[in-house]
Amino acid sequence: MNDIINMRIFLILFLCWFGTFNTAVAGDNNGKFDVAETALHHIADANHWFLFGNVYIPLPCILYDRETGDWSVFMSSKFEVEEKGTGTKAIDRYVLNHGMIQRVKEKSFPMGVQDIKLEGHGEKVHVALAGAGGHDHSHDHSHDGHDHDHGHGEHFTVENRSIWDGGMLGGGMSSYYDFSITKNVATMMIAFLFLGFVFFSMARAYKKWNNQGPKTFWQRLLEPVFIFLRDDICKPVIGEQHYMKFLPYIAALFFFILFLNLIGQIPFIGNPNVSGSISVTIVLAIFTLIITNINGTGHYWEHILWMPGVPAWVKVILTPIEILGVFLKPFTLLVRLFANITAGHIIILSFIGLIFVFADIGVETGMGRGAGAMIGGVLAFALGLFMSAIELLVAFLQAYIFAVLSASYIGAAVDTGHDHH
Amino acid sequence: MVGSMTAVGAGLAVIGAGIGLGMIGGKAMEGIARQPEAAGDIRGNMLIMAALVEGAALIAIILSVFILG
Repeated sequence: MNDIINMRIFLILFLCWFGTFNTAVAGDNNGKFDVAETALHHIADANHWFLFGNVYIPLPCILYDRETGDWSVFMSSKFEVEEKGTGTKAIDRYVLNHGMIQRVKEKSFPMGVQDIKLEGHGEKVHVALAGAGGHDHSHDHSHDGHDHDHGHGEHFTVENRSIWDGGMLGGGMSSYYDFSITKNVATMMIAFLFLGFVFFSMARAYKKWNNQGPKTFWQRLLEPVFIFLRDDICKPVIGEQHYMKFLPYIAALFFFILFLNLIGQIPFIGNPNVSGSISVTIVLAIFTLIITNINGTGHYWEHILWMPGVPAWVKVILTPIEILGVFLKPFTLLVRLFANITAGHIIILSFIGLIFVFADIGVETGMGRGAGAMIGGVLAFALGLFMSAIELLVAFLQAYIFAVLSASYIGAAVDTGHDHH
Repeated sequence: MVGSMTAVGAGLAVIGAGIGLGMIGGKAMEGIARQPEAAGDIRGNMLIMAALVEGAALIAIILSVFILG
């Protein structure tokens, strides 16, 4: 029995390795492989959910034009995505660039569905209308050399996407609101449905059998974790008096982050990088900020605004630092989760990228693509497996750290200080 | 120039965090060796302190990413 399982695991691993290896040998012959660009492309949010190769799940795009007040609602398959998630159609001036919706800046660009050719990256994206009105010749022309000016008004640029900073870091705001169900949003919906199902079924089971056996699968799996959260995090950190009030929040944080971390670790489902998306961690940290401060006692605010027991000149220095600290604590929370998960994904992707890098080296040294990719594959397999194991630990650790630090901030806020005086 | 300086900055941040994490881990191991019955408490506090040290290093790395990008 064990032998069969081992055989199967070996077969799956071999197929995975062989698939990547084949891609390295067959594809990507034009130009060198850029590890950093590929890794950043894979950890980014996207408007479609790529599974493998060119197979993807289209996701709904819901866009609101701020100037005209028009809604554009369609599935992302309408962009007719080709490799690297770049669309070949423009819809109402919206284009899909590396998986992200952007808008053509020029108002002269026609609305409706248009054939386009999108080139470039970052701020230097050029959109060219292709084949509109039977200009096949000029399309071929622009395809051959896009360096020189065509003078037909065919080339367009795109707006920057507004991101979490609200345009403060110079990115600017876009002319539309994007309510799309992206890959990250879809993953969070899955998390919501899954965790809702698990915990509501657990609650029903507890009600029905009232501390008698037999326990359901989810009860057996999660009861120790929940009791650990209650007795080892909330009770000692927040304090006997208040912990029951904050236990639901701490537990929700822990399980939500843990589920998102773990779903990002499953290979071949597109590795959604939700807890490594700074927008998500910002919102989680804002929850902690609000809950900490609206529950702050007089004792807590006294220690921030006018620290008792220190000389007046120290208070002048200390008060600004303490006020800064109120915002710095949630800031470190959000940066820690974001950076840990993103870094883990980048490292694993870089290790997989080794296959392609070694394939390129193989061509240069004359060994051939296959031999190079073989060496890279062995390295990528060993290092990737090692890193995945580490990341599994980090997934639990970061959920624990976020929960326990949130609990300790809340605990400091609700503490009335009787034990100190 | 800015690129290479930010790389140096990120590296320095990692060195600092590495020293800090090493000290936390080492002291925690010593503590557990002296008092094995307190291993659970020491481990929990060690993880929290490690996360705090790591937070300082990660802020430095995020800042260097922002300067670069």
